[in-house]
Amino acid sequence: MERNQMHRQVSVMRQSLFDQGYLDEQFIQLEELQDDANPNFVEEVVTLYYRDSSRLILSIDQALERNPLDFNKLDTYMHQFKGSSTSIGAKKVKAECTQFREYCKVGNGEGCMRTFQQAKKEYTILKRKLEAYFQARQSGPSETACRPRN
Amino acid sequence: MGMVAEAQFHVLAVDDSNLDRKLIERLLKTSSYHVTAVDSGSKALEFLGVLKDEQNQANPPSVFPNDHHQDVDVNLIITDYCMPGMTGYDLLRKIKESKSLKDIPVVIMSSDNIPSRINRCLEEGAEEFFLKPVQLSDVNKLRPHLLKGMAKESHPNIDKIKAMEETHSPDRTRTNYNGLEVA
Repeated sequence: MERNQMHRQVSVMRQSLFDQGYLDEQFIQLEELQDDANPNFVEEVVTLYYRDSSRLILSIDQALERNPLDFNKLDTYMHQFKGSSTSIGAKKVKAECTQFREYCKVGNGEGCMRTFQQAKKEYTILKRKLEAYFQARQSGPSETACRPRN
Repeated sequence: MGMVAEAQFHVLAVDDSNLDRKLIERLLKTSSYHVTAVDSGSKALEFLGVLKDEQNQANPPSVFPNDHHQDVDVNLIITDYCMPGMTGYDLLRKIKESKSLKDIPVVIMSSDNIPSRINRCLEEGAEEFFLKPVQLSDVNKLRPHLLKGMAKESHPNIDKIKAMEETHSPDRTRTNYNGLEVA
């Protein structure tokens, strides 16, 4: 009885991440790459994302403190950040990144700063939710999307 | 389960992003390719032994036109477009300019859907252009290019490899560069 409850909980957590728009299709693509030999692939990828992105975020923060702003540099950083966010299916973060690049194109510094605060917020919220999800997934029996081993 | 180990294709993946490198590596391994992943164009050339090739070109022309002077056997190169220093396009050009490497199929990946960029790469000799994030269905498109390359060298195991062929996932026309679909 308890096992099934854990199952359900993990499943519900996972589904709500999609329903609430935090994750998109790409996350499912990652899940499909998991198998018996690589059961934690998604978690590894997400961990890598947060590790690499933290450096990038720091760079963007520092770049936003410059006067005048170097929009080319900002756009380059954001291009990377958006790319990684897209790769893991971080839907809301990706949307903020897209908005940021629009502001870069027109040289709107205010817009960039505002949007970046939003992006960081979404990034942090997602991090907490994914951490909770992966933790629940590990402690419960593993039956989330798994392909047979090739 | 894993039978014909010696008939594995070897793919060289080039991407400066740790994350994307991990992804492409997993995608390629899922398709049973042997993968080497490097983080820059210059490291790719180093791995391919290009420096050695430049020395060979200074010598009189080879008697055997199929003599490849390659240090390693690479059947396909898949590279990111946007990289610091040497871009994927620069790498593509260098490969096509190299006597020993020009016949290796090259595929470009990019997170930007820019038609002029795509066309430039295809004109320079890239076999495919994948929009990131790369999917399994994209990786499935690599097989014909790899088989074609092997047929050129009349590889003894080609029939074995063809027999191993199986579809992993339904073909999606998401990254159709001819239709210039927005990701």
